[in-house]
Amino acid sequence: MTPDQLLQLLIAGLTIGSIYALIALGFVVIHNVSGVINLAQGEFAMLGALIAITLTGETALFNRAWTVNFNLPLFVAVMLATLAVMGVGALVYLLVIRLSHTNSVIVQIIITIGIAITLRGFALIVWGTDPYRLPEFTPGPPIPIGAAVLTRQDLWIIGSAFALMALLYLFFQRTMLGTSLRACAVNRMAARLMGINVSHMMLLAFVLSAGIGALAGIVIAPKTFMGYDTGTYLGLKGFVAAIVLGGMSDERGAIIGGLSLGILEIFAAGLLSSGYKDAIAFLVLFVVLLIQTTGILRRRRGIREAAGV
Amino acid sequence: MERATISPMTDPVSLDAQTRRTRILARHPNLVAFGVLTAVLIALPLVLRNNYQISILNFIGLNTILTVGLALLMGYAGQVSLGHAVFYGLGGYGVGILAQRTGLPPLAAIVGAAIITGLIALLIGIPLLRLRGYYLAVATLGLNVIFLLIATNETELTGGPNGLAIPGDLTIGGFTFDSDLKFYFLIWLVTLALIAVSLNIVNSRIGRALRAIDSSEIAAETLGINTARLKLQTLVLSAMYASIAGSLYAYWIGIVSPSDFSINFSIELVVMVAIGGLASVWGAIFGAAVVTLLIELLRNFLPQVLSGASGEHQIVAFGILLIFIMILMPEGLTAGSLKRLRAWRKKT
Repeated sequence: MTPDQLLQLLIAGLTIGSIYALIALGFVVIHNVSGVINLAQGEFAMLGALIAITLTGETALFNRAWTVNFNLPLFVAVMLATLAVMGVGALVYLLVIRLSHTNSVIVQIIITIGIAITLRGFALIVWGTDPYRLPEFTPGPPIPIGAAVLTRQDLWIIGSAFALMALLYLFFQRTMLGTSLRACAVNRMAARLMGINVSHMMLLAFVLSAGIGALAGIVIAPKTFMGYDTGTYLGLKGFVAAIVLGGMSDERGAIIGGLSLGILEIFAAGLLSSGYKDAIAFLVLFVVLLIQTTGILRRRRGIREAAGV
Repeated sequence: MERATISPMTDPVSLDAQTRRTRILARHPNLVAFGVLTAVLIALPLVLRNNYQISILNFIGLNTILTVGLALLMGYAGQVSLGHAVFYGLGGYGVGILAQRTGLPPLAAIVGAAIITGLIALLIGIPLLRLRGYYLAVATLGLNVIFLLIATNETELTGGPNGLAIPGDLTIGGFTFDSDLKFYFLIWLVTLALIAVSLNIVNSRIGRALRAIDSSEIAAETLGINTARLKLQTLVLSAMYASIAGSLYAYWIGIVSPSDFSINFSIELVVMVAIGGLASVWGAIFGAAVVTLLIELLRNFLPQVLSGASGEHQIVAFGILLIFIMILMPEGLTAGSLKRLRAWRKKT
């Protein structure tokens, strides 16, 4: 393998890795604030992409019974789609998570799976089984880097992922709201005693995660086909990325985990066999979980995980 | 069992018979329920002549075997599995590959596939059951993904996406099972036998130990229960249940393909167990029947509402049902309704 091919694989890995990182980030934000691992995270990405696609062009919905033609400019469509999915995130919290008072992990798991398959089912009814694609954000020839090339969409994906991460960092570190969220993550009881409305913070966490997931789905939509069932795999890989390094509670771990998972997957597919590309994430998961169930970066703060959350 | 069905009206000493009846029901509720189920199962084919209806009953039987096994693992041992379709698939592909490559007779192939599945479950279980909660859930889901990838990609062994045809009919002792009705009796005979095994386990020392693990693994450990070993044994047993169901399915349908063992099916199995109540053998049967019928109903009903609808639309209904039941009655539809009924009776 030449260095140029290596570079090309690295670019491809970083691109898909930024998507995994964003979805992993969504998992961590919800888990830190509410203690719930939302297995419907990938469905937010799928919904974001499909809604954006619907808003930008002509789409036949409900099994071709109803054709809509919004033809909104891309930027507006992205904004509206993200807002819509944030609304879905709020509904998920208000209608489901807030109402369930269970300590049983099995029941919690079944509930979030219920959310995931409900969203998937709604998407199936609205958009059918067809795969959809968003047009490239800025069409044009790819940018050469040495002998490798970077497509404009790759640049959009990597760029917007990192921009979003930076914004989130500022939000969490520099704003009162972000600090309140972090307080809930450290100790919910203490946060409540400090006058923070924990229930509102959980709602905010779901809305924020839904938005992050939606944007991840939207930026990847010009590169891969999106359909009602695409979210499952995206969600599972985001889960793996969130867990392997950061043990589901560390944002940096989730980002690095996502990027490395993307790179590893592309390299394994490029060097070994592309048929088993989707198995890589799970092989990584098995190996890491068996070594250390709390994430490699988080050896000491693993009490919550050890208790079975 | 027979005495339980005596009607007090025909009995000369009706009061005596009635007390006797309630006593049997109170002392041996499982025996009575088992008897009633057997009677219903014998009577059903007399009422139903239609092959479609018989085949639905066959699916309920297969799903019952799967759910009863999964309920042992999820409800009693407290271990969630989102990849139970893997063991079902191992049973299905197992008999196909064994019959094709070694020419084993069907019964031997079914037993062989179950043993191989048990061994695979043992090997997977040793590392996997160290995980808990969400980790175990996603790891088992991953297992299902890997199984599907192998079934799709290893065309040489599994026939790839087109599936694997099962060579020959299921023949046991010269008797060939070649119709839906014959399979009905075979499937339900096996189902009843496996239910009996489950009931015995649940009501034994092992069953109590398993429930102890479910309520608190640490407490169970301190009471001297070898939790790791017991969980592993339960996994192996429920995997072998699934394998037997898969083998019967394979011989009945004649072909297995990756789509038969999808993640969706694994989730459907969890729905069945959840509806029945996680820790309940009878609930598992109820859940299997309700969900299987619901799938059929929705499959027939949805295309009428949404003309030409394709795909598994019933998953919406499942999702909503699952959320509702888990919020309102986490103990399952059967136990949950009983509890509510009792509370309501006390009030009035």
